[in-house]
Amino acid sequence: MLSLWLNVLASGVLLGLVYGLVALGLTIIFGVMRVVNFAHGEMVVFGVYIGYWAVRLWDVPIIAAAAIAAVAMFIFGYLLETLIVRRFVGRPHHYQFIVFIGLSLLFSGALLVAFGPDPRPAASQLAFHTVSLGLVTLDLARLQAAVASGLLITLLGAYLRFSSFGRSLRAAADNRLGGLIIGLNIPRVYAVAFGIGAACAGVAGALISPLFDAQPYLAVDFTLLAFVTVIVGGLGSFSGALLGGLVIGVAEAVAALMFTPSMKTALPYALLIIILIFRPRGFFGANES
Amino acid sequence: MFVILALVGALSNPYLVSLMTIVLLFTFLGQSWNLMLGIGGQLSIGHALFVGLGAYSVGVLDVKFGISPWIGLLLGMFVAGSVGAVLAWLSFRFEVRGIYFALLTIAAAEFARIMFSGWEFVGAMQGLFFPAPTNAMDMAMLRGDARFYYFVALALAALGIAGTELISRSYLGYVWRAMRDDEQAARALGVRTFRHKILVIAISAAAAAVGGGVLALVQGSIFPDSIMGMGLSVDVLVGPVVGGLGTTFGPLVGSLTVIPLNHAMSALGDSLRIPGLNNIAYGVVLILVVWFLPDGIWPAIVRLCKAIQVPWRVWLPQPRKAEE
Repeated sequence: MLSLWLNVLASGVLLGLVYGLVALGLTIIFGVMRVVNFAHGEMVVFGVYIGYWAVRLWDVPIIAAAAIAAVAMFIFGYLLETLIVRRFVGRPHHYQFIVFIGLSLLFSGALLVAFGPDPRPAASQLAFHTVSLGLVTLDLARLQAAVASGLLITLLGAYLRFSSFGRSLRAAADNRLGGLIIGLNIPRVYAVAFGIGAACAGVAGALISPLFDAQPYLAVDFTLLAFVTVIVGGLGSFSGALLGGLVIGVAEAVAALMFTPSMKTALPYALLIIILIFRPRGFFGANES
Repeated sequence: MFVILALVGALSNPYLVSLMTIVLLFTFLGQSWNLMLGIGGQLSIGHALFVGLGAYSVGVLDVKFGISPWIGLLLGMFVAGSVGAVLAWLSFRFEVRGIYFALLTIAAAEFARIMFSGWEFVGAMQGLFFPAPTNAMDMAMLRGDARFYYFVALALAALGIAGTELISRSYLGYVWRAMRDDEQAARALGVRTFRHKILVIAISAAAAAVGGGVLALVQGSIFPDSIMGMGLSVDVLVGPVVGGLGTTFGPLVGSLTVIPLNHAMSALGDSLRIPGLNNIAYGVVLILVVWFLPDGIWPAIVRLCKAIQVPWRVWLPQPRKAEE
């Protein structure tokens, strides 16, 4: 019994780290640009497909697939920001939201056109390999995804904290006008921030590609999951995203053990409703501008 | 305009009738959403919750107990209105607003969808089916052929448009627009914005439930994923956004533009075996409209008529500015 619980907790924590990475992408975009990326789940699914095809075509390890996803999605995010999102940054929130709903429809449509609606079983066999650590048995795919996510979150955190670009990014997030006055290249900062956000989603998608069947319809769930995670931690907060990811990962794992499957899927939403009502800025939330 | 639409219903072929029925129903649903964002200033992306509650109220009473849909519609209005009011009360009580409120509406809708898909009594995932349609018209049970439903939808759309116009010219309309434009200022003028926000959401939710109930009758079946899913919430908001937020005719113009486009694209997609074309069309239209015509098609038409001095512009209602 103890071993069962430990296993469930461990797999929850591991998946939670990946959720943390997804949420981090969302929170960076929101924190810096104050736009709510409602197409985030589609970006995760892009990552899942990149992971799927990289393994299928070239048989590369998942880590390499994740690196490809990072580069591809960074470029994608950068271009998306410069070409489209930029025009809506100063607009009222609901216009932005509608634009992003449009983008998410566009992307999910593109995925459907490109890959069809049928789920594709994971190309990588990684999920069947396990590692045993005393009482806990972990599957390799999850472990690898979690370690890579954890590492990335740490690196990204250090980069934003200590590098000169990280400083300008945080400055832009704190005070856009102030940043402009001291001569920051705000448009570039925004584009890079959006690129980083998209890259986080893409990497997370590639990392979990051995665990999920690639399918366009996953996107909505991932979008909402990312929002739940971010809201739990507080929109715009770095450590909040990580914490939120862990909370949601563990809560989902425990719920899977205790409730029926439909209750399990409902849990994140219930959590979101409760948290929104009682602690709308999350636990580490930045102030709304 | 309504004379034209009525003639369309009476004369045209079955496909056009059923397509226009959906257009008119979504005009009504869009109008309810429009009331909430365009006039009340509250963004809901979970309107499917209210639509679904209305549909299930009608469905459960009709299918399980054989009670007339008229009662079902009333029950739906009451249920959805109260759920909307409670949701609004909770969120505004705790200062949840803007995008946070929008997220709350999605979460509530998704939560309800999952609950209904697991609830055996209402058919769970297998859905609820109304008795097979007979062609005999039955006003008490709201049952009839496609043309009958067309006129029901037409009546609803007309009611929705007239209702919105009435509301927006009344005291409430002025109060709500003031609240939308600047809540602080409205409060300073003595408007109890808290109550008014709850009121506008409850009314919008109740209207959406009526639309949902009729939609369920038209479709003849209720499935949780299609009546309460994100997809429906998006369908509801596309019309008014494209047509013109906060305008009286926006939802009609928008639905007339978008729904035939959507149907054409999915038909095209089906025949080419490429699913997803309709999603792409929706996405592109939404982005382009917000980009180039941020206040929608209808105000643009009105501006155009003014610019070229069309003599009959006299009776074109003036669009009210939707944003700041």
